[in-house]
Amino acid sequence: MTDFLALEDVVHVYRETGVRALDGVTLRIGAGELVAIIGQNGSGKSTLVRHLDGLLRPTSGRVLLDGRDIGSMSVARLARVVGLVFQDPDRQIFAGSVRAEVEYGPRNLGMRGDRLRDAVAGALDAVGLEGEAKSNPYDLGASRRKLLALASILAMQTPALVLDEPTTGQDARGVERIRRVVQAAHAVGRTVIGISHDMRFVAETFERVVVMRTGRIIADGTPDEVYAAAGWETLASTFLEPPLAARVGAHLGLGATPTEERLLGALRNAAQ
Amino acid sequence: MLTLASVSYRYAGATRPSLRDVTLELADGEVLGVVGASEAGKSTLCLVASGLAPRTIGGTLVGRVLLDGEDTAGRPMHAVATEVAIGFQNPGTQLSGVATTVYEEVAFGPMNLGVPRPEVLRRTETALDALAIGELASRDPDRLSGGQQQLVAIAGLLALAPRHLVLDEPTAQLDPAGTRLVSVAIGRLAAAGTSILLAEQKTDLLAAVCGRVVALADGGIVMEGAAGTLLADPRLAELGVAPPSAVRLEHAARSVSAAAAASVARSIGAVGE
Repeated sequence: MTDFLALEDVVHVYRETGVRALDGVTLRIGAGELVAIIGQNGSGKSTLVRHLDGLLRPTSGRVLLDGRDIGSMSVARLARVVGLVFQDPDRQIFAGSVRAEVEYGPRNLGMRGDRLRDAVAGALDAVGLEGEAKSNPYDLGASRRKLLALASILAMQTPALVLDEPTTGQDARGVERIRRVVQAAHAVGRTVIGISHDMRFVAETFERVVVMRTGRIIADGTPDEVYAAAGWETLASTFLEPPLAARVGAHLGLGATPTEERLLGALRNAAQ
Repeated sequence: MLTLASVSYRYAGATRPSLRDVTLELADGEVLGVVGASEAGKSTLCLVASGLAPRTIGGTLVGRVLLDGEDTAGRPMHAVATEVAIGFQNPGTQLSGVATTVYEEVAFGPMNLGVPRPEVLRRTETALDALAIGELASRDPDRLSGGQQQLVAIAGLLALAPRHLVLDEPTAQLDPAGTRLVSVAIGRLAAAGTSILLAEQKTDLLAAVCGRVVALADGGIVMEGAAGTLLADPRLAELGVAPPSAVRLEHAARSVSAAAAASVARSIGAVGE
């Protein structure tokens, strides 16, 4: 089977600074996968995902979409396939109303009429902004602007969704909402790739975790594998630590418990 | 000491106030945490405490903001800013945009305050060290990752050595190691006498550095108390605030059995939370 998205030995050196942000990354992602990318600040996570929609091009190596090199594909064409939500919503938002902001992407992809209306309504509904369609985006607080940026990409209904730090600045309900959005997209077969420093969110939301350090992938596996005690040294080398539930589970000899739910399950089993 | 006395604040053009009758006192050397759901008023409180609202951004303020017991009404922004520094949630807002290197950016604040040059250099290097970003010193602040920019912005605040520091989600974009460095830096500043108002969603961080915490809902203070007690209060979750991981886990383990809760609590102690 051909991989949906693949990076082959990708190196990226920022021309302005000479910084080697990606140092030979090979990563294959199948259609419909749910993948988190974690790693210390500056480890290359955002640089990596910007290669998936052509915003950045490799200094060397190749990026493939359905097995074809995207080198000759325009950003406009890739935007139909990969929707990227930036870390900072203010780098994305420009329209005068929430509805206009969310309409912009799908309209550019050619959606019109009922289909456009449904796409916009569905996206606003998913992030809980259905009542704010007429609001000015800058009348929303920072956390809701972030949800708006997410909605505007959701509405494009791209096969792949890339979220750069989707939970920053969100309260407990906001994080839960984003988890539901991610899982709903996954349930209908979209590929979702998320960057996050929130280890609990990662463990509870994603099926595969890719760990980066200084421009390289140093671990790649399920949350169970990546957060298992055997992997802690690897995590520590990129200044991460496993969720508290995983640490407590390992300390109590309960095996891999990357989430609270898993820890509670293990505690219940142990009590029986 | 920074005091808010019955402060209400309404943004220009808004129909209702974003802050309602807030009274709080921030003692020298104290770290006061602020929690609350999104749009509960945390950022507004930061803007008011720092003097930017209404001085710079307009709007209507009722009540008084006092520095060492003196009403700040009528004092111009530059006079307030030498006493109270603010760190914004988004480092893009914070960075000066005029410095071409991280070193210059961190030195920008104390240079502007007329701090003597050797002292500026000393503070800049200390701040870079404290946040482990010495190796970024010659980089362009505009060309850093989001998390790196946030560390640079905080280093700039450390270099100011302000008497009062207001921080609006200073670690939103930071990895766990960066968050820990900021936590240590906050503790050091407070020990040196700076009073710190810290608005955060990361209650794990608040549990580590705050003596006291207030909870906001709909612009008003609805809970207030010692950090350990308040952050373990079950009502916090109803406000839309995630309790610290340790509190959540212990609470969840209680639903299994008292014995499970006790062993989880012991284990949390052992693994260092």
